[in-house]
Amino acid sequence: MTHATRRQPLSTTSEWNFELIAQYDQEIARIAHEVYRLDTWPNQIEVISSEQMMDAYSSVGMPVGYNHWSFGKQFVEVENLYRRGQMGLAYEIVINSNPCIAYLMEENTMPMQALVIAHACYGHNSFFKGNYLFRTWTDASAIIDYLVFARRYIAECEERHGVEAVEQILDSCHALMNYGVDRYKRPYPISAETERLRQREREETLQKQVSELWKTFPEMQPDIKRRQPSSRYPAEPQENLLYFIEKNAPLLESWQREIVRIVRKMAQYFYPQRQTKVMNEGWATFWHYTLLHRMYDEGLVTEGFMLEFLQSHSQVVYQPPFDSPWYNGINPYALGFAMFRDIRRICEAPTDEDRRWFPDIAGSDWLTTLKFAMQSFKDESFIQQFLSPRVIRDLKLFAVLDDDTHSHLEIRAIHDDAGYHTVRQLLSEQYNLSIHEPNIQIYEAAVRGDRSLTLQHIRESRRPLARDRAQDVMRHLYRLWQFDVHLDSVEEGRVVERISVPPPEDVS
Amino acid sequence: MSFIVDRRLNGKNKSTVNRQRFMRRYREHIRDAVNDAVNQRSIRDMERGERIIIPRKDLNEPQFHHGPGGRRTVVHPGNKEFQQGDTVARPPGGGGGDGGQASNSGEGMDDFAFELDPREFLNFLFEGLALPNLVKRQLQGDKNYRVVHGGIVSEGNPSKINIVRSMRQASMRRRALSAAARRRLRDLQAEQQALLNSEQSLERQSRLQALAEQIARLERRIGGIPFLDTVDLRYNHTVRQPVPVSRAVMFCIMDVSGSMSQEMKELAKRFFLLLYLFLERNYQHTEVVFIRHHTSAKEVDEQEFFYSRETGGTIVSSALRLTADIIRERYPAESWNIYGAQASDGDNWNDDSPTCMRILRDELLPHMQYFSYVEIMPRRHQALWNTYAQLRREQPQVFAMEQIDTPGDIYPVFRELFRQRMEEH
Repeated sequence: MTHATRRQPLSTTSEWNFELIAQYDQEIARIAHEVYRLDTWPNQIEVISSEQMMDAYSSVGMPVGYNHWSFGKQFVEVENLYRRGQMGLAYEIVINSNPCIAYLMEENTMPMQALVIAHACYGHNSFFKGNYLFRTWTDASAIIDYLVFARRYIAECEERHGVEAVEQILDSCHALMNYGVDRYKRPYPISAETERLRQREREETLQKQVSELWKTFPEMQPDIKRRQPSSRYPAEPQENLLYFIEKNAPLLESWQREIVRIVRKMAQYFYPQRQTKVMNEGWATFWHYTLLHRMYDEGLVTEGFMLEFLQSHSQVVYQPPFDSPWYNGINPYALGFAMFRDIRRICEAPTDEDRRWFPDIAGSDWLTTLKFAMQSFKDESFIQQFLSPRVIRDLKLFAVLDDDTHSHLEIRAIHDDAGYHTVRQLLSEQYNLSIHEPNIQIYEAAVRGDRSLTLQHIRESRRPLARDRAQDVMRHLYRLWQFDVHLDSVEEGRVVERISVPPPEDVS
Repeated sequence: MSFIVDRRLNGKNKSTVNRQRFMRRYREHIRDAVNDAVNQRSIRDMERGERIIIPRKDLNEPQFHHGPGGRRTVVHPGNKEFQQGDTVARPPGGGGGDGGQASNSGEGMDDFAFELDPREFLNFLFEGLALPNLVKRQLQGDKNYRVVHGGIVSEGNPSKINIVRSMRQASMRRRALSAAARRRLRDLQAEQQALLNSEQSLERQSRLQALAEQIARLERRIGGIPFLDTVDLRYNHTVRQPVPVSRAVMFCIMDVSGSMSQEMKELAKRFFLLLYLFLERNYQHTEVVFIRHHTSAKEVDEQEFFYSRETGGTIVSSALRLTADIIRERYPAESWNIYGAQASDGDNWNDDSPTCMRILRDELLPHMQYFSYVEIMPRRHQALWNTYAQLRREQPQVFAMEQIDTPGDIYPVFRELFRQRMEEH
């Protein structure tokens, strides 16, 4: 690492202008690339107004999105909170694309703009480019094209089939969106070009396949016994509900299948983000902290700048304790930032405890270790690997067991020698999406019977589904499948609860 | 390498479509909330937005979630005094054990609330309502003018010279006046050219000289035509055009006799204000005339109309007669859309009701767009009602009546009176 030489500050007031942004960006880029060797996509920094930020906000940050009332609801909510001053807008939204698009809000001061540039354009950006999940699951160069394709396709459908009909399909798909992901199979990257080409082809062939699947023979002679179904369909339970529906739902029209597909692709695009919240935010926070400090060391920014920066930084990484009224779960910024800083500390100044816990990284080159951690893990495994006793102590983490057969909660483990392993294990599980979300798979489609679709929910630790909402989701599933749908909750191999749509008629 | 783009000039209303879809989807909720608001808030401040609250459960986009129950372990930060193995009473609502999922489950969160702006509010308020009968548009002679382009004229003020047209005119004149001369000139020039190319001779020499003189003369003549002449000048013309104004006048007639309590007057006031708002939305210009009466009628201002106390008997016809007079004097029916709204407890001097009916039928209704009568009386109908009922049968298009009992009735009654009638549209 080169030694910092002191230079003149880039600016001394909080005003910004485009030349200043370019200068700051240039300096931050220099430090990120040359000093810390971060690998990033090219950046596209867009300066927008707060109204535009609200727009971006309500469309989950996508620069192009199809129209749907739920985005309107989001917008109305954000607008209200913002107008009444109950919420500041996030400083930044960044989009995993190539070039990586980041938004700067015009109301922000220069230090804030610099913070956002460091955080989004070099922190998140390098994460998107480096982390294995993003590399496997998303294609940064194609996403914008695909969004444009999706928007146009859905607009066309609205013209042809009416807003109402499209909205219904979208509602149903959104309800199942979390189950529109292949968790284990490596997906093909989405590309708008091939997508467009293949879409028409699919439209024609799909309809044929489906009718093939549901083909039944009239029973010509009653004494000819029909072949007994030899096996279930599908042969293996299917985890990707939307995929199964897209391919197998009997009565959907081809445009409806295409919409199912679009929602599924979106779910897939967001899947890595859902799995790397702590790491992604922690990494970006670590880098804005490190990059801006380096700028200060080089004399490029003033003390006033640093004060303003540190104030927002400490707000971002504040973790309210569990009994605080502001407590709303663990703050991913706080946890991630603490962990990345701790990894650096373990590399640079390991204690005996660190050598015991992390023999392979203690004393190693911190930059290499940090990048390795960023590239090769997701939240769950990252915590499993790198959560140190020091961080557990600093955050005073403790684990509470809530068992509905006991009248009291039990403290399973706290931040002491006996508890570190347990806390780490449990916290890691907390970020495991497959434990966090109910495990629901498609079990059987009665192709030779009443065409009903049966889903299975495997109960972990006896945890039931939130029944009301499960019922609503099943109604959406029914809209897509259009024959009876059932959801069986299975505990130790026995069906303990069944939700059916339409509800079974009373036999009376 | 970074690109920095200024997007601030791009449209900011990207979410408009989505917002509208949201409003359309929750139309029912919003309408209910608007109706509630009308009944609760004082109608004096009707022209502001409204906070719409929709129960969050109705807005939920359902997803599969874990419900309460079973066995789960959650890691929390900020331990203070717990030791491993401690047992803690389960906090009410299961909050402590639920941790990060509390927010997902949506329970315990506030209802979804947002603001309708005043325009949207009134749109919802008067949705599906229409003014009965036609909207007159009267050409007004004296007040409202707008200046419009009135073509091109040849006389006018120098400041209004239309340069392009003037120059075009000049060019046309020059060409027209010089046409013969130019034709002749062309011929002579052609001859001259031919001679110049031919053999040298004496004849040719003299002819050339003659030609040169003629050509010079013609060119002088052409050159003498003025470039711009006064006849060429053209001026922009503007005319003052009367602006058609749609105007409405609303007569509020209220009984202030001893039998009307302040509470009843409040009810009447709400009704009048709703009507006023509604008219104001539909007409460019709306005037209100307040007439109150007991045994005699008087035109008063708003404050006096609603708040001064009077006692005495009731003669409704006095107010109707006054209305007719005012219409005759100030609001000729050809240029005003006249609406009448009468509120009363239905009490009337016995012999007076037939007179009321006669005045209404012969003098008022022919000039009016609509006359609505509300009776504020929880109990049985009074004398006036029966008389008016006959009128309603005769002229249902112009005359309407309803009974109001509690504040909650006003808005429904108002809606009923102005419901968009299919056959009229």
